[in-house]
Amino acid sequence: MRNARLIARLDVKGVNLIKGVHLEGLRVIGDPQVFARRYYEQGADELIYIDAVASLYGRNSLTDIVARTARDVFVPLTVGGGLRSIDDVRTMLRHGADKVAINTAAVRRPGLISEIAQSFGAQCMVLGVEAKRRADGTWEAFTDNGREATGLDVIDWCRRGHALGAGEILLTSVDRDGTGKGFDTALIEAVTHAVPIPVIASGGMGTTTDMIAAFGHGADAIAMASVLHYGRADLATVRAAAAQAGLPVRLDVATL
Amino acid sequence: MSAVVHIVDYGVGNLYSVARAIEAVGGTPKLTSDASEIDNADRLLLPGVGAFAPCMAALTATGLVEPVLEFARAQRPFLGICVGMQLLFEHSVEFGRHRGLGLIAGQVEAIPTADAVRKVPHIGWSALHEPADGHCWRETILEGAIPGVTSAYFVHSFNCVPDDPRIRLADVDYTGYRICAAVKSGNVTAFQCHPEKSGPAGLRILRNFLDE
Repeated sequence: MRNARLIARLDVKGVNLIKGVHLEGLRVIGDPQVFARRYYEQGADELIYIDAVASLYGRNSLTDIVARTARDVFVPLTVGGGLRSIDDVRTMLRHGADKVAINTAAVRRPGLISEIAQSFGAQCMVLGVEAKRRADGTWEAFTDNGREATGLDVIDWCRRGHALGAGEILLTSVDRDGTGKGFDTALIEAVTHAVPIPVIASGGMGTTTDMIAAFGHGADAIAMASVLHYGRADLATVRAAAAQAGLPVRLDVATL
Repeated sequence: MSAVVHIVDYGVGNLYSVARAIEAVGGTPKLTSDASEIDNADRLLLPGVGAFAPCMAALTATGLVEPVLEFARAQRPFLGICVGMQLLFEHSVEFGRHRGLGLIAGQVEAIPTADAVRKVPHIGWSALHEPADGHCWRETILEGAIPGVTSAYFVHSFNCVPDDPRIRLADVDYTGYRICAAVKSGNVTAFQCHPEKSGPAGLRILRNFLDE
């Protein structure tokens, strides 16, 4: 059966777990590893690390955090932020990442999507898309944590990313990120109708009702950040609510 | 002394996680690309991530095809994971038709898509089932798992189809398509899913491997 994944998203800056609103105004939350381990123990299906400032400075500070996390977290790790070459990707995989999320570098050079998919498999190549709603109801793709407009239409860009070999899409609504006002369900629906690959909806979850709405509009997975970091919900509650709503979530999450 | 697991390092994928997972269950992981080390190993783990052909090419280029085959024939505990499972079969049709190790009779075929119903890649947690025509889990590496409940993490677009259904160890029903989640042929066990990424349920599989 199809499955609904519950993913904890950890945005980091340097050594800190951080969180902002609309990907801006970043506040320090704590030690990313402590949160990663906690979310693993609470039954997160996957973890996503995004280096919030990496592409701004053209570097990546995540390698150590990923390696330390992979020591005691045994669910898939997706890592993004500032990765721009096959070598960057290989380094991340060698330090314990399973997938990489590519946004800025893919916009600059779409061929990188194919290179990563061919070298490491499409399943490893997650296209990171930061979407902002335009006045006409369509969405534009942004890079560098919502700072740089690309002129690309989100739906066209997702289709192209899939054609180039992306195996999954991490779809972040910049408008909803950090607001707790719910996912942009129209965006989720538009993208999941446009591409046949799994879509992770990110940005805006405030309540378990939002989670159910995201899956109802076609999301294959949801990414949660503020709602978990600030303790507004925990993974067990979210999972129980999903199961009660009849969503196909993993049920055997008891720890060893 | 803790059980040593030699992990075949032929330049592909995330060996770090599987090594840490072996440690977490009390084993000692040793990465190796050395034929004589493989020859003398007690337990061998063949990982693999990405596409079939580059993995097979890398295994060939590192000169490890024969040592791996020899190890498997020597009746010592052997565990394949993901593409490390697929490589055990005769052929894969991923990006052309490619020859595998041929330890297990059968093919690796593409999972057929069914728009919005069945997405490919198959990514996520799926419940493992005991195949009616295959192995029962008692006294296997899946001892302790609960059919239809215990779930494991999958990420793949291709699926192994063994000629002999009796070697099937676990299946997944992926929206009506039968995925071969695990096979067991004598001393050789292999998983399409990733035990090292499947939380406590996956760690139990690896712990059972140390006891084989």
